[in-house]
Amino acid sequence: MALTEKKVNQIAYLARLSLNEAQLKNNTQDLNAIFSLFEQLVNIETDGIEPMSHPLHMSQRLREDVVTEQDQSILLQSVAPETSNGYYLVPTVIE
Amino acid sequence: MHTKTIVKLAQNLKDKDFSCVELTQHYLNRINQSDLNAFITVADELALAQAQVADDKISLGNVSILTGIPYAHKDIFCTKGVKTSAGSKMLDTFISPYDATISQKLNQADLVMLGKTNMDEFAMGSSNENSFYGAVKNPWNHLKIPGGSSGGSAASVAGGLSCFATGTDTGGSIRQPASLCGITGLKPTYGRISRYGMIAYASSLDQAGPMTKTAQDAAIVLNVMAGFDEKDSTSAEQKVPDYTTNLNDSIKGLIIGLPKEFFSSGLDDEVASNIMAAVKEFEVMGAIVKEVSLPNSAYAIPAYYIVAPCECSSNLSRLDGVRYGYRTKDAKNLEDLYLRSRSEGFGEEVKRRIMIGAYALSAGYYDAYYLKAQKVRHLISDDFKKVFEQVDVIMGPVSPTTAFDLGSVKDPVSMYLADIYTLSANLAGLPAMSIPAGFVQNLPVGLQLIGNYWSESKLLNIAHQFQLQTDWHSKTPQEC
Repeated sequence: MALTEKKVNQIAYLARLSLNEAQLKNNTQDLNAIFSLFEQLVNIETDGIEPMSHPLHMSQRLREDVVTEQDQSILLQSVAPETSNGYYLVPTVIE
Repeated sequence: MHTKTIVKLAQNLKDKDFSCVELTQHYLNRINQSDLNAFITVADELALAQAQVADDKISLGNVSILTGIPYAHKDIFCTKGVKTSAGSKMLDTFISPYDATISQKLNQADLVMLGKTNMDEFAMGSSNENSFYGAVKNPWNHLKIPGGSSGGSAASVAGGLSCFATGTDTGGSIRQPASLCGITGLKPTYGRISRYGMIAYASSLDQAGPMTKTAQDAAIVLNVMAGFDEKDSTSAEQKVPDYTTNLNDSIKGLIIGLPKEFFSSGLDDEVASNIMAAVKEFEVMGAIVKEVSLPNSAYAIPAYYIVAPCECSSNLSRLDGVRYGYRTKDAKNLEDLYLRSRSEGFGEEVKRRIMIGAYALSAGYYDAYYLKAQKVRHLISDDFKKVFEQVDVIMGPVSPTTAFDLGSVKDPVSMYLADIYTLSANLAGLPAMSIPAGFVQNLPVGLQLIGNYWSESKLLNIAHQFQLQTDWHSKTPQEC
C-alpha cells in the first residue's frame, strides 16, 4: 500500500489539519514508512482472538444519578479564546 | 542538599538543619542557573508560600515524611492557577481552572511544587525534542537527549533541580528517561493512579508514576499518588498497601525471567553487558534466573503505534480553538478556524500521530489496523500471563542504547523502534520500573523490571534490595 499526496491530504482533512507543500511531502514519506511498519501485523494469526481495548477487562462503573458538579461556567469559560454572555463565540456559520 | 533523597531531606527538615524555605530557595536558585531547559514554568512564589506552610507545620511537629519536600511536576498534570501546557503551543496560555487528582493529593501531602517540567508535546516522543519549549539536555552530557516524554522530570531529578518528580508513561515515558538520566522511575499498573486532570494522550495506556533517586523514595511517593478515584472511570478499586512495608524483604529464591527477545540484535553490546552484570548481582543475592520467551513482543511496536495514535486522534479532537487553547487569528469561517487553529497549534509529531489515528480508524481501514492491533495487544498480554506462571519478575534493558545525540534521529520510524522494550508493559497494563544499573562511556544504563499486575510492592522491594548492594543510583553528574 502506498499513500499518495492526495490521500495524505484527505487524511489531514479528516483530522481537521491542513498541510503546506513541504509538510505534505514529508508526511507522505513518513506515513508510508510508518504504515509499512504496520504491515508486520498482517501475517499474525489472530483468528478467534478477542480485541483488547483495555488492560484490566473492567466494565464501566455505575453511580447514583445525582448532581455532583456545581455550575462553574464562569470559571471554565475564563480560559476560552472568545465568549459572550456565557456562549462560546465562533465565526458566523449561517449568514 | 540537592543530591539528597526524600528520606534524608525529611530527616534534615525534622532536625531543623535547614528550613524548608531555605531548601526551596536553594532548588529555585539551581533551577534559575541551570541550562538544562528542564522546566516550562518555575512557580517561585507558590513554592516559597508552600515551603512557609511546611515550615510552620514542621515547627508544630505536625509532619509526614513528605512535608516540605520540593518536587517537579510534569506539565501534563493540571494545576489550578498555574500554566499547564503539555509542552504544546496549543496550551501555551492555558491556566488550568482545576487541579488534577494527583496535584490535589500532592498538595494535601504538604509537598512543595517547584514548577512544571518540560516534556514532548502531549507526551508524544522519546527524546523530549518534540516540545514547543525546546529540547531538554541530559545532565550527564548536554549534547545528549534526556529521553522522553518525561525528559524534563528526569533531567530535573538527575541534575539536582528537584528532589523528585512526577511523570507519565504511555509507552515508556517514565522508564526510558529515567534510564537515560540514571534515576529510578516506576510506571504502576494501569489504573493504579488517577488520570483525572492528567492531559490524555492514549487513555487505555496512560499511567502516572514517581521519578525519584531511589526505590525507597519511589515507594514513599507512590503511597501518596496511588488510589481509587471516582472521577476517573478507569481507576481501579484496588486496595493501596503501604509500599514501604516490604522494601526490606529478602529476595532469596526470587525467580527472574529474562526474555530472549529482549537480548536480540539491536541491543547495544555494552548496554547488554551492564544488564547481565546487574542480573548477576541478583544471582549473588540468591535469585534464580530463567530464560523465558515473549514471542509477540516485537509486534508491540506496530500494535502500539496504531493503538496510541488512534486514541490520541480521538482525544485531541477536543482542541479546536473554541473552548480553550490556541485560536488562530481572523478565521474566515468555522472550518477555517478548526483547520488553522489545529495546524498552527500542534507540532509536527502530534500532527503525524493524529493523522495515523484518523486514517487507521477510518471506514475501510478500521479492521485492518485498529482491530488487528487490539487483537495483537491481546496476544502480547497473554505472553506475559504465561511467563508470570513461571517467574516472579521479568528483567531486561529499558532502551537499546544509552542517550543519543540531540538532533541525531530524524526519521520517526527509527525513533519508534527505540521504544521496543518498554511498549509491551503498557499494552498489557503491567507495572514496570527502570533502575540505574551502570554506565557506558559516562552515560547511565537502566535495568527494567516488569512485574505482574498490582505487584508494585514486589518491584520496589527488588529494586531497593539491588540499591542496597550497588551504588549506581547514588552517582551524580558533574553539575551536581
